[in-house]
Amino acid sequence: MLLITCPVCGAEGDETDFHAGGEAHIKRPATSDPGNISDAEQRDYLFMRKNPKGLHFERWRCDRGCGKWFHAARDTVSLRFRAFYRVTELPPRDLMEQATGEWREFFKDKLAQGESRS
Amino acid sequence: MASQKIIAVYLFAKLTKYNSGKAVALSHGGIWASETGGENPALLINRPRPAGRGSPPLADMPEDPRMKSRYSIFSLARNALNYHKDWERAWRSPEPKAEYDAVIVGAGGHGLATAYYLAKNHKLTNIAVVEKGWLGGGNTGRNTTIIRSNYLQDASIAIYELARSLYEDLSQELNFNVMFSPRGLLMLCQTEHEFRALKRTSHANRLAGLDCRMITPEEVKRLVPIVNDDPACRYPILGAYYQPRGGTGRHDAVAWGYARGADSMGVDIIQNCEVTGILRDGDRVTGLETTRGTIKTKKIGVVTAGHVSTVCQMAGVRLPIESVCLQALVSEPIKPVIDCVVMANTVHGYISQSDKGELVIGGGADPYNNYSQRGSFPALEHTVTALVETFPIISRLRMLRMWGGIVDMTGDRSPIIGLTPVEGLYVNAGWGTGGFKAIPGSGYVFADTIANGRPHPIAEPFGLHRFIEGRLVDESVAAAVAH
Repeated sequence: MLLITCPVCGAEGDETDFHAGGEAHIKRPATSDPGNISDAEQRDYLFMRKNPKGLHFERWRCDRGCGKWFHAARDTVSLRFRAFYRVTELPPRDLMEQATGEWREFFKDKLAQGESRS
Repeated sequence: MASQKIIAVYLFAKLTKYNSGKAVALSHGGIWASETGGENPALLINRPRPAGRGSPPLADMPEDPRMKSRYSIFSLARNALNYHKDWERAWRSPEPKAEYDAVIVGAGGHGLATAYYLAKNHKLTNIAVVEKGWLGGGNTGRNTTIIRSNYLQDASIAIYELARSLYEDLSQELNFNVMFSPRGLLMLCQTEHEFRALKRTSHANRLAGLDCRMITPEEVKRLVPIVNDDPACRYPILGAYYQPRGGTGRHDAVAWGYARGADSMGVDIIQNCEVTGILRDGDRVTGLETTRGTIKTKKIGVVTAGHVSTVCQMAGVRLPIESVCLQALVSEPIKPVIDCVVMANTVHGYISQSDKGELVIGGGADPYNNYSQRGSFPALEHTVTALVETFPIISRLRMLRMWGGIVDMTGDRSPIIGLTPVEGLYVNAGWGTGGFKAIPGSGYVFADTIANGRPHPIAEPFGLHRFIEGRLVDESVAAAVAH
């Protein structure tokens, strides 16, 4: 059973009190550049998913609390949550540094530029 | 005359000893006797043998794997007289060679079927199947063994019906009893919406030549007497989709049968051999790094279900797949109460009864990424609640075992079979929650795809290109059920 804490309202509960929303930090390419999107970029946005064995970053919704979406860092092997953070934020710096594979690539620039908001 | 007497006494002594001392082997006979000789032959592999008795250790066995004898009533009788000590191993445990013509990663049903058809249909016998654990130990041993082909889209019907039809004579083909049991499959309609959706599916299926029909609530009650037919209940039975040729099979036996068949044609099945890297020269594969050394090969078929993303990542190939946990469970064994497969998609559970009497129960997948083979309790609770509503008599059954498998989900809930951007790297994955039923067809078309370096016509719609072209084979919405 997953134990989840909403970073917005502080509600605690298990996965039946929350809704899993899949991979976090996905940006719709057509939002920034609607006239110039390749089929491959649109495919990446719609279907390609990071599927790490280990540290993963995802979206959850506080179904039975405040109803807000938020972000969580979770290990897909131990199922343990590492952090909960708001939907406008990037993960804590130490978790961005621990990320592997595609997530490491994703966070590389953001770490270098010292960004904290997603 | 005297010698005949001696033989008769010898036989009598053997038979009486057999009957008193080998009761265990006899009790298994009901299931395994007809094809495999009284006992599950795959279990004989690693059994310790008394010194100086039984068959020789592996190293002393004949080099040519084709020396394998056929399972038959005669081999059963012969081995019964020898107290079942001399069954030969169903497959070898070879050391990996330095180079193969092709290597299949993953010795589950799909991987072993691929190897079998590569050897049989395409005469590619210098090939290997490498497996991280033991063969058939992943999702092949973790499903609910349902076999059906009633999908909505033509492309899906083609591949699932190919698989279902191959299952029909698979036991004869492999000389291994896979216990295919076409006991009939019902999909209950418990809402008006579901009734219309399944009616549409049945029309699509009949146009494609599938044997199926819609049946009335009275027919459902006759086929499944334990179903709750109270019209006032929350989800009353409005009818059902019926595929009489659907059913179940013995999941382990499918893997073992394909393994034995592939091995007998010279395929090396290498267990306890985890792939740790994929070697590339530019845009083509050149080999594999494994925990048992480097293997050179020009063709790699990745058939690793829930771990397909991690293996393909080694070659720099990204896939539109997420791995989640799907659970199943069985009840304590009871007398026969249900002789077909029933899927209740609105309440979200499905049920059949095994030959041992256990009710085999499955439901929906957990909603979050998971590599742990441990699912969440709420998902199980949801499934059991659903089935108790539809089959009230099971409410007091105790559940014996539950387990989880890591399934590979695509966005349209259809598989990915075919080529990748890296030359020589082929992928067969994304079977999600329904791979077991597809094993023979999947192996058949994937072997053809690997051997010829182009997609088999039936596999063609399932290529990676469909995600760029937006040409999805959408079975997600079509199933009228959350996968």
